[in-house]
Amino acid sequence: MGIKFSLAAVVGLILAAYIGVTGAGFYHFFGVTMPYLAIILFLGGVAYRVLNWGRSPVPFRIPTTAGQQKSLPWVKHAKYDNPSTKGQTFVRMALEVLLFRSLFRNTKFEAEEGHRLYYQQEKWLWLAALTFHYCFLVILLRHLRFFTLPVPSFVQGLDRLDGFFQVGLPGIYITDGLFVLAVTYLIIRRLVIPQVRYISLPQDYFPLFLLLAIATTGILTRYIYKVDLIKVKTLAMGLISFHPVVPAGIGTIFFIHFFLVCTLFAYFPFSKLMHAGGIFLSPTRNLPNDNRIRRHVNPWNYPVKVHTYAQYEDHFREKMVEAGLPVDKELEEAPSAPAE
Amino acid sequence: MAKVPKPNELELEHGMPQTGWMDTPTIFRPGNFSYPGKAKNLKVVGLANPREWSPNDADWKLPADWKNILLEGLRERLDKYRTLKVYMDICVRCGACADKCHFYLGSGDPKNMPVLRAELLRSVYRKEFTLAGKIMGKMVGARDLTEDVVKEWFMYFFQCTECRRCSLFCPYGIDTAEFTIIGRELLNLIGCNIDWIAGPVANCYQTGNHLGIQPHAFKDMIDFFVDEIEAVNGIRIEPTFNRKGAEVLFVTPSGDVFADPGTYTLMGYLMLFHEIGLDYTWSTYASEGGNFGFFTSHEMMKRLNSKIYAEAKRLGVKYIIGGECGHMWRVINQYMDTVNGPADFLEVPKSSITGTTFHNAASTKMIHLVEFTADLIKNGKLKLDATRNDHLKVTYHDSCNTARGMGFLDEPRYVLNSVCNNFYEMPPNTIREQTFCCGSGSGLNNDEFMEMRMRGGLPRANAVRHVHEKFGVNALSCICAIDRAALPTLMNYWVPDVTVYGLHELVGNALVMEGETERTTDLRGEPLPGMEDSENEDI
Repeated sequence: MGIKFSLAAVVGLILAAYIGVTGAGFYHFFGVTMPYLAIILFLGGVAYRVLNWGRSPVPFRIPTTAGQQKSLPWVKHAKYDNPSTKGQTFVRMALEVLLFRSLFRNTKFEAEEGHRLYYQQEKWLWLAALTFHYCFLVILLRHLRFFTLPVPSFVQGLDRLDGFFQVGLPGIYITDGLFVLAVTYLIIRRLVIPQVRYISLPQDYFPLFLLLAIATTGILTRYIYKVDLIKVKTLAMGLISFHPVVPAGIGTIFFIHFFLVCTLFAYFPFSKLMHAGGIFLSPTRNLPNDNRIRRHVNPWNYPVKVHTYAQYEDHFREKMVEAGLPVDKELEEAPSAPAE
Repeated sequence: MAKVPKPNELELEHGMPQTGWMDTPTIFRPGNFSYPGKAKNLKVVGLANPREWSPNDADWKLPADWKNILLEGLRERLDKYRTLKVYMDICVRCGACADKCHFYLGSGDPKNMPVLRAELLRSVYRKEFTLAGKIMGKMVGARDLTEDVVKEWFMYFFQCTECRRCSLFCPYGIDTAEFTIIGRELLNLIGCNIDWIAGPVANCYQTGNHLGIQPHAFKDMIDFFVDEIEAVNGIRIEPTFNRKGAEVLFVTPSGDVFADPGTYTLMGYLMLFHEIGLDYTWSTYASEGGNFGFFTSHEMMKRLNSKIYAEAKRLGVKYIIGGECGHMWRVINQYMDTVNGPADFLEVPKSSITGTTFHNAASTKMIHLVEFTADLIKNGKLKLDATRNDHLKVTYHDSCNTARGMGFLDEPRYVLNSVCNNFYEMPPNTIREQTFCCGSGSGLNNDEFMEMRMRGGLPRANAVRHVHEKFGVNALSCICAIDRAALPTLMNYWVPDVTVYGLHELVGNALVMEGETERTTDLRGEPLPGMEDSENEDI
């Protein structure tokens, strides 16, 4: 049900853009209003979400320790899996954010006859996730050529590198292909692995279908329908300089692509895609394991009802004296042992 | 009590049900839940809604405004814990955690996949605290909070041992233990808890330890071990209790005082301290290192833990040593200083025997006995005869709390390698930070829950069975009192030829003491290698 719903939603979006542009001629809406709306929602939404998370304090320092703690000088410390300083924690976070360190540990289990369990390395999810995210990053950066004049040299360089394999004209981008492959893998594993399929919600399929549609329409604008890139750049530069113009004759496929991208940006802050921000605020990863070295303060720590030693001794004094245990008050000082 | 199926009768399927998880009912049957907290125990510590009830009843006798209590409780905790708030929102359901949970591996119940355990709470959060959830409901994984949901929470938050293995593999570090801890905290607001936690909590609060051992009895029990040691090696040890002015306060879980094989571990402690002449005292007031309050609520954890610092202050010791225990050390490492510190009345721990300062405990002023012992061995202060453990082929179980809540991995291995000659590691995916829980942690070590315990313990037992078959391992060592209570049952069920040992029991076996008579047996009275013939003379 979740799959169909998500797929239908993406198809609906494509149709909306198609009809909106070809049928109704809402060029201004899809070329100007949508992108501004999307970017406002994106920036505002992300800021709101992160600030809202940040408003809740971190009462306890509870890092998940993934290696040997800092201990005696001769015990080898796993600095980056169990950091004890801020610097080491920074490296741990960098490994998480840039290389998906925790996901790299992933294993897969197999159960055999006689209650026997086996585990093996499972790197495909890690590989696909890493490929997807880095390709996405490169593709985003490549698109800067539409928003800059002159185009910065690193964007040009990236473009050349990415299009290294000159197959046909225009040249094929490696990242386009890998992106589609990775997203397709992520969709297929979600459908095929029973556990993952069972836990999947519509909001897990929707972004994947949306991304696939964005990639596909993007590729179509370049290779099949050959959108006029000069006009696209005019539109982009107009948007970024707040003097938006929509040149005539860009081609419908571009508006579909652009609308889907806008949808992604607008949807981002209100979805699980916020994991991109959340990882930085994850207390099991972004804190050093140094509680025994430096005291962590809980801003809302409050006094609690405790059973004091005096109450305890009052309760057990006779038995303690009889057993020869030292007491703070002798029996004659505290004549009757209260019940509590 | 539920009849526990034999290993060969135990069905294990990992297929998914036909119905979606929200439409799959929660069924309480003998062996898959723990008995509820008794009213008298709840009253001792002032927990909510004390009453007699059973999970099998249709009516759980919840307070009239239970729904409001839960939702307000959840709101309050979202504002207090960034973990909870962030982890509500950022899960992408990639499934990396799904097959990392011992309860899922051993039961095949999809709601034991960590991601679904968290979704049990997230679904209610979406409905009540997010706009999308309010509007779109089930389409976005949101659902109403009903009594059936409460029952489901009770089932699955008490089928999680808070071991955090899932958190290790999560790309965002989402910690299901936080959901379980806070989920249990919420359930406690309406009086839904289990007696195997509520009972020890009440005991610990009033009497000083989970088992309710009163001061005179505590002393008697330790005196009994003193006699036992004398029978083994002729050395008379004289431990002190509640002694002011001692250098060190020693705190260990009361399980070590109470039941085999923890008692042998405790004999190891006594022998070690005597041999090095440590100026230390036991306390009958702070006679519990473990903390079942941690399995109730953060507040209860603080209330029970407070005794350790309070007693250290009253007795005027310089620092504290803690014995072998898992969740006790999770609490000490991650919470104690924050909730009950600062311990500015204590000094940075410095071993009077080796002169080593434990800078890694500069603030809590509490060190782990195993790091203390490792330091003694490293500095050549102990005379050890590892051949006395030659009758054992030993493997080592990392307890989840010391592994993933602390990173205490190599110190015990160093000690182990110093006191025994035959040490074999279990496979890499089952040890160190990837260790599997015993299946009985976080207060679930009760008899009525036996089937689930044996299921949850399967991944651990499976790894032990592997080294048992491959290397002939016959001893499973550990540094956790819950392990010492739970693993013998687990081994008896899955790998019957393996015996469970605390690390300091093995130290006690190997320790050559000044003035000892010839050792013919280990601490259990079993003949030492080469001494099989002299067994009769001893008795």
